[in-house]
This record gives sequence, C-alpha cells and structure tokens, in this order.
Amino acid sequence: MSIIENHKTNGAAFCENPKLKARNVGVFYGEKQAIFDVSLDIGANEVIALIGPSGCGKSTFLRCLNRMNDTIDICHVSGEILLDGENIYDTKVDVVPLRARVGMVFQKPNPFPKSIYDNIAYGPRIHGLAHSRVDLDEIVEKSLQRAGLWNEVKDRLHSPGTGLSGGQQQRLCIARTIAVDPEVILMDEPCSALDPIATAKIEELIDELRENYTIAIVTHSMQQAARVSQRTAYFHLGQLIEVNPTDQVFTTPEHTLTEAYITGRFG
Amino acid sequence: MNYSSLIIAVLILLGGAYLLGRNRARAIASQGMRLHSLPTHYGALMALWTGLPPLLLLLIWALAEAPIIDHLLIAQLPEAVQQGSSSDIQLAISKVHNLAIGAGIEAAPELEPAVRHLLDLQERTLVLHSGMVLSLALLGIALTWRRIKADMRARTEVESIVRRLLFASSGIAVLTTLGILASVLYEAWQFFGKVSPFEFLFGTTWSPQVALRADQSGSSGSFGAVPLFAGTLLISLIAMFIAVPVGLMAAIYLSEYATPTIRQYAKPALEILAGIPTVVYGFFAALTVAPVIRELGESMGLAVSSESALAAGLVMGIMIIPFVSSLSDDVINAVPQSLRDGSYGLGATKSETVKEVVIPAALPGIVGAIMLAVSRAIGETMIVAMAAGLAANLTANPLDSVTTVTVQIVTLLVGDQEFDSPKTLAAFALGLVLFLVTLVLNFVALKVVQKYREQYD
Repeated sequence: MSIIENHKTNGAAFCENPKLKARNVGVFYGEKQAIFDVSLDIGANEVIALIGPSGCGKSTFLRCLNRMNDTIDICHVSGEILLDGENIYDTKVDVVPLRARVGMVFQKPNPFPKSIYDNIAYGPRIHGLAHSRVDLDEIVEKSLQRAGLWNEVKDRLHSPGTGLSGGQQQRLCIARTIAVDPEVILMDEPCSALDPIATAKIEELIDELRENYTIAIVTHSMQQAARVSQRTAYFHLGQLIEVNPTDQVFTTPEHTLTEAYITGRFG
Repeated sequence: MNYSSLIIAVLILLGGAYLLGRNRARAIASQGMRLHSLPTHYGALMALWTGLPPLLLLLIWALAEAPIIDHLLIAQLPEAVQQGSSSDIQLAISKVHNLAIGAGIEAAPELEPAVRHLLDLQERTLVLHSGMVLSLALLGIALTWRRIKADMRARTEVESIVRRLLFASSGIAVLTTLGILASVLYEAWQFFGKVSPFEFLFGTTWSPQVALRADQSGSSGSFGAVPLFAGTLLISLIAMFIAVPVGLMAAIYLSEYATPTIRQYAKPALEILAGIPTVVYGFFAALTVAPVIRELGESMGLAVSSESALAAGLVMGIMIIPFVSSLSDDVINAVPQSLRDGSYGLGATKSETVKEVVIPAALPGIVGAIMLAVSRAIGETMIVAMAAGLAANLTANPLDSVTTVTVQIVTLLVGDQEFDSPKTLAAFALGLVLFLVTLVLNFVALKVVQKYREQYD
C-alpha cells in the first residue's frame, strides 16, 4: 500500500465537545518523520480507539498527548495539541501537572517495586493530593474500587504489587493512574499482555471509566476496539486515514485502506 | 631427554597421530563404508589418546621425582647424619644436590657415595621416564589405530574427553582455593595451639614481639587482635562513607541525567580511578592528604597524628568510588524503562522517579555493589600501610594512627622469621579471619545480586 498523497482524513475527525484537539501534528525521530499532519478531536467522556498496522504511528501519536515523547531525546513534535483549549506544547506548560491531568497506562503492566498500597499512593503523594493518612487511605481504597481490584487485594495491601497476576497488575496500574484524578487516560495496548478473562475485565472497566474520564486507547484487537470505543481512528504509515463512529468503521468503512485492514488483508 | 624436548616429541607424535587417525578414517570411508563420525573426529581422538596420557605421566613424574630421589639418598648418607634430626638430614641432602651440580663450596668426602648415587639415579630416571613417556604415546597411537572402525563413535568419545578436560581446568581453580584455605587453616590451627583463640579474638593488646632466642630480652608478645579489627572497621567505614554516596550519585548522574556524549567520556574516566595502582594512592595519601589533614586539624586546635585513619580512609574511599559507581550504573541501567515511563506518566519529576522508583528497583544490585566494595576496602593494604601507620591503637578517633589486619600480616611476614613462632603464625590466623569475612561478604553480595537478576530476567 502506498502513502496517500493528499494527506486528507476521511470521515468525522472533529466533534462537538472536544477535550483534546490535535491540529496538524507531525512527529519526527531525528530526521525521520513518523507522524504526518494529523488533526483529530477527542471528545469529553468518550472512548476513542486508535487502530492500524504495526509501525503506523498510533502509539507515537498517543504518547504525544501527554508529552511522554519528551523522554526520547531525538523526538520532536510539530503542530499543536490543545487540552481544554490550551496548547500543551507551549513553552509555558509544565509537563508535571500536564501528566497528572493526562494519565497513561502502558502495554506491559509496570507496577513499581513497592507494596500495592504504595503503588497507588505514589501519585497522590508526589502531587500532594492527600492531606492526611486517612485521606490517602481513602484515595487508595476508592481508586482500587474503581479499578475493580479492591475485593481481590484489600487483605494484602502491603504485599508487593509485583506479586499480583498480569491482569491484576494491569488493573493496579489503571488504579494508580486514577488515583491522581486525571481528566484523560491514555491506554497503549493495555490488554496485549493479558489472557482473555483479564482482558474482559479491563474492557468492562474501560466502559465504566468513561463516565468520569476521556479515554484514548491504542489496540491491535479490532474486536476490542469495537467493544469499548464510540469512535475509531485508523492510522496508516503515520497518517490518519479515517475517523468515524466505531459501528460505521467496522461495517461501512469509507476508505479502501481501512476496509483492507479491518477485513484482515494486512496488519 | 629433558622435559622440554620430551614435551616437544610428544607434541610431534600428537600431530602425527591426528593425521594418521584422519587418514585411516578416510581410507575406511573410501572402501564404501559409512563412518559414524567425521574423519577429523577420528584424528582428534587419536591425537588426544596419544598426547594426554604421556603428558599426564610427565606431570606426575615431575611432581613425584624429587621426594622419591631424596628418600633414596638418605640411605647413602653417613650413619652419623642418618641418626641426626630431620633438619640435619635436609641440610645434608641439599649439600648433596649442590655437589652434584658442581656448586659445592667445600668438598665433603663423607657425602661422596651419596653424590655418586644421585648422579647415577638422575641418569637412570631420565632414561626411564623418557622411555615410558614415548612408549605410552606410541601405545596410544597403536591402540586407537586398532579401534578405528566405521561404526566407532569417535565424535561422542572426543566430546566426552573434551568435557572432562574442561572440568579438570575448572577443578584447578577450585582446588587451588581449597589448598590455600587448607594451608591457612593448618597454620592458624598451629597458632591457636600457642595462643588461645579467645585471647586472639577478644584481647585488646596487639604487640606481636617474640624473643627469637632464649637469652634475648624481649616481651613475650601479646596477640589480641581487637585493635586490628577495630582499625580495619574504622578505615573501611570512613572509606565507605566517601565511596557510597559519591559513587551512587555519580552512577545516578551517569545513567539518568548524562547525555550519551558525556557518559561516553565520563564513565571510562571514572573507571580509570580503579586502574591506578594502590601504591600510588598510598603515597598520595601519605604525602599529600595526611599533611593537609594534620595542618587543618592543627589550625582548629586538634591533635592529629601525621599518619591518620582519616587520611587512609579518605583516599581508600576515592579508590573504591568506581567499584560502587560502575556496578551501580549497570544495575540502574538494567531497571526497565517501563517503570520510569510509568512514573513519568503519573506526572513525577525526574528526581522523584529516580528516588522513588529507580533506586528502590535497583536497590538489591546496589547493595551487591556496595558489598563488593566493602570486601575490597577490607582487603586493601598498601594505602593503609603508607598512610595510617603501624601502631595498633584501639581507638575510634579517626585522627589517630591505626593499623589494619592486612597491614599487620605484611609486617609480620616481612624480614627474618621462624615459621613456628607465634609471631609468624599469627599472620595466618589473621589471614583466616580476613578470608572468612570477605568470603561471607562476597557470598551475601552474590546472593543479593542473584535475587535481583531473577526479578527482571
């Protein structure tokens, strides 16, 4: 498949009540350009799925949304990304509060080598969200409950987080992200290291979290995109090809590349 | 034939055997038979059987020859000498050896039969062992030649011989360690026969002077090693006090903050510190650091001896910085990037991430690095000998001169000595303590590092 020339995104890339607005975003690793001119809205309280073949730039784009790419020295971002109307790449913006507002869950569960309690309490502590031990206990309990992990771990809050199963670890990481009370949660293939049962639990959780948070999820599983998201964005070789309501993308895709991907002709 | 020409002869035979074995295998193959192994395997097998047994025999012979000849010589010594003490016999035998190579200072007619017997023996053993070694090599060729058939499993046999050879090589290292340990244990045992272990381990006075002759006026010696242990502890503590924080922070800078270019130059530069000979550190400590400390102390009205634990400890600390920094840098680098990402993703700053996530994750490895540095500090001799002095003071004051276990071992064994006096044997007892302490430290360090490896691999 060749790169499409006109850089035009099919479908409805913009929405009425955007939380995050990406405008003409390009990402460069040194000389090499990984993302080309992507413009996309992410609506408040929606789950948007970013899909596409490996190396299409969907993870790179996701990592732009909370400036995680800053940790890579040679990475450079052009264009602008607005969170509630404010450009997060503005020189005045401090990444620390930004990442507290836009949290991230990673592909591989990465609990810190600390107790379950301290894993959750880490974020609130560094941001000074709890004013007392009781406050902190409450945040930990609430976060674990929202992540659907409370009943499984309430008796062993002080045993190491690394001792949990893969699925539990990933829910722990989600609870950890929720604990700093973000507005947006970015998920980078959160289920790719998990078995189907753990995956089902996380998907259920994502659906519940939508009430309070805006979620962008990168996934390789089209079934997962279909199950959890309201809108789906299809990336191909660093370009945003098509954005539409999820039902529409999976039944009547506008672009031939999208159709080729979802029908399994490549990917 | 002497040993070197014998060895060369065996090696030539070995080369010939290889070609012979390979060609025989090829000849069998050319008759249309299917060989079990490649022809080179048959050659290698033949070479191994030709070379190994004679060389092994040669080794055993070289080790056993001297005692056996000496034993045979005793019978030829004059009656009077044979009746004498074992040291008299030893003396006579070395005289015989000297006379035999024509290095006798004075002629000793009474030893003449022994000298003639020795020359005769040497001539005969030379012929005997040359003959045995060469015939063993030829026997190897002949037997293997007969065994080579199409269905012979030469490859399997070569592999198993090679495996045994490798095992023997690793065995040498282990056996040497055990041998050293056994000799230290034996000498220490002798020492504890003369000085009670209780006095040695808990006595607080160290003054290992012993009268060499009965008529000499000397102290009876006292062997309380506590001042030495205390001195070692004090200096190691000072050294770790410098090396651990500086080394750790250097490691954190190198692995987390430095740009690749800085790291590329800074890391080797830091590691150069480990390559400086300790004697250079020693005179740096004694001639530069110690006087500075003394002047500083005097300007503040403190009495500082010109050789102080502080000077030695400071310089030793600098010396072991690279041990801590280099190993810690490696373990910090081994902490998965995903943990750092997780922390940054929550809005943590770099220093929060390092302090709360990276260091705890790398802690077991860092502890391992520190343990190795401690055992290095305890074993260090030269800096202490030059900068901290030899006086066995029992003190916790870093401005005093102290001494350490290793330095005392050196002083005990330098100069004239008798090998059965408690003074000399004390060195082995100290060595044993040192050995046990560093063994335990290394063991613990290895365990800790292993535990750490299991976590991420």
